[in-house]
Amino acid sequence: MHTLYIAKDYSAIAVGADEVAFAVEKEAFLRNIPIRIIRTGSYGLYWLEPVIEVELEGGRRIAYGPVTEEAIGSLFDSGFLEGSDHPLCLGNLQEHPYLKKQTRLIFERIGKNDPLSLDSYIACGGFQGLKKAIELGPDKVIDQITKSGLRGRGGAAFPTGIKWKTTQRAIASQKYIVCNADEGDSGTFSDRMVMEGDPFLLIEGMAIAGFAVGADKGYIYLRSEYPLAHEVLNKAIAVCRSQGILGSPLFGSSFSFDLEVFLGAGAYVCGEETALLESLEGKRGMVRPRPPLPAVKGLWGKPTVINNVITLASVPWILSHGGEAYAAYGVNRSKGTLPVQLSGNLNYPGLVEVPFGISLRDLVYGFGGGTRSGRPLKAIQIGGPLGPYLPEHFLDILLDYEELSKIKGIVGHGGIIVFDDQTNLAFMAHYAMEFCAEESCGKCTPCRIGSTRGMELMEKILMGKGSRKELELLFDLCDTMLHASLCGLGGMTPFPVLSALRHFPEDFGYSKEEICAFAGAL
Amino acid sequence: MRTMDQKLLDSLAFYSTKPNGLIPFYHKVQEEIGYIPKEFLPQIASSFNLSQAEVYGVLTFYADFRTKPPGKNIIKICRAEACQANGCHKVIEKAKETLKIDFGGTTPDGKVTLLPTFCFGNCANGPSVALNGKLYGRVDTRKIENLIHSIR
Repeated sequence: MHTLYIAKDYSAIAVGADEVAFAVEKEAFLRNIPIRIIRTGSYGLYWLEPVIEVELEGGRRIAYGPVTEEAIGSLFDSGFLEGSDHPLCLGNLQEHPYLKKQTRLIFERIGKNDPLSLDSYIACGGFQGLKKAIELGPDKVIDQITKSGLRGRGGAAFPTGIKWKTTQRAIASQKYIVCNADEGDSGTFSDRMVMEGDPFLLIEGMAIAGFAVGADKGYIYLRSEYPLAHEVLNKAIAVCRSQGILGSPLFGSSFSFDLEVFLGAGAYVCGEETALLESLEGKRGMVRPRPPLPAVKGLWGKPTVINNVITLASVPWILSHGGEAYAAYGVNRSKGTLPVQLSGNLNYPGLVEVPFGISLRDLVYGFGGGTRSGRPLKAIQIGGPLGPYLPEHFLDILLDYEELSKIKGIVGHGGIIVFDDQTNLAFMAHYAMEFCAEESCGKCTPCRIGSTRGMELMEKILMGKGSRKELELLFDLCDTMLHASLCGLGGMTPFPVLSALRHFPEDFGYSKEEICAFAGAL
Repeated sequence: MRTMDQKLLDSLAFYSTKPNGLIPFYHKVQEEIGYIPKEFLPQIASSFNLSQAEVYGVLTFYADFRTKPPGKNIIKICRAEACQANGCHKVIEKAKETLKIDFGGTTPDGKVTLLPTFCFGNCANGPSVALNGKLYGRVDTRKIENLIHSIR
């Protein structure tokens, strides 16, 4: 019996992983060769998908990719089940520099095993963090999280320890853990990969959070664009319930935790925590003014911890290895690792989990391999649709929350999109305003009306009718949006607009001097 | 006038007992009949003990929910930044030109509805297109033509 591994990951399936798995099965049947295909998460070397990994004696694996249905016959002919050479042979993926140069704490298991096999999760260290948490007790769990320096990976970078402590101290009959899985930023997919590739990890992280703050009920607010993650999470929850992990007292304690998945309905703004809560309560996803903070008054008015998928998925490692071990990675106030997602015009797009402190250049060139088009890199956008556009000479900045904020950049959810010199940044600035107009919840005026007016102004500028007056208006508008919006959607839409103006004024039909007159606003 | 069948009435009875059941119920209706007819709203409102304005407000807030029947096939094309960096505008132009409709439109024969999407999370393998819920990556103008051809 030969064992093969093929990713069952939304992005791998999009390029034919299901068809390849089916074709391999069919070919093996025709050739009368007994095989077993295990569907896994993806390693995140997406330019190589669909990848087939063949298990050899001693458990070593040899990979082939990107495999097409047409190549299956020749793979069998060449004896790939024995690990023989073939033009598509990639060797041992664990030795691939793209993987080898990474520090995978959250992603250590993803890609290797069946995500829904509880046995292999436990065999690879699963639930050690939760067991440790119960041993330590809630206060010490929060201490460990505080020591680790973990900050919210959804984008706001708020210290997780402080958030948990606030909810723990709140006195209420009911508390909640809400996982923000509304990963709406373009250029990000790490949440999806965790949910599809290692769902028990997220469940473990949420259970630890629940134990620490005294919440016995959790929700995963999942965006509707992720149907596979929805399926995998629901199956994983069912497995955990049947094995007494969810809904029953945990590991000899008196604490029990249960959770369910709530499907969103296509609203970007529901990734904002207060809009998410409104939506989770069954209403329009309209942003709530803060205070009160969700940690004190969240879901149905009860104290609620809202954390992003990656934040919660970092927790089990921190508990099983200790907060200090986690804090040993990273630099300054940016501790631990970040799963960076590389996409756009790149040779090697994918998932790169690295400690903070790496330079953007290392990520874009060292891992990403530069532009796929072969043309000069013009800009990168870091931090999602509300992140700034940065020109090439900013690539020496280090991945660090504070370093990036010095140049008006953000880490966001860790997505980096690369654009070549055929991109017109004025067009991208127009798109940023259009996106905000499309997705605004409508609660506050700067965002609701400002985005539409901004779009109109950008249209005028794009048609070559931009004078100094339009520029003045645009800066004024951005200033209002920046300072008077209720949440980050209106408040950060000026980031891509202003950064594009500052670094690429020629795309807007302005000279550097004209823009510099507004230096204060930039 | 369209009315709810027994299956939907059962779902309505189930979801209306939950404090946040309205959005899951809308998902259910759309899954069953492809859209959410406005004539259902009075009954939904009274089951959930909400005003008609409230249930209408929730319905129209979310981009996923439709109040009119869509075409037989639904093509969604991602127009977010990562796909733009890989030339999704060419794919979009090709689709619009081949189908002779704009985003949000349905072909006169009722066969295809074309919709924009902001990110499928397939950014590393873009440009991304979904046809009737199945996602396709690395789509170029030739591939979108083939996809459209496969349903016409």
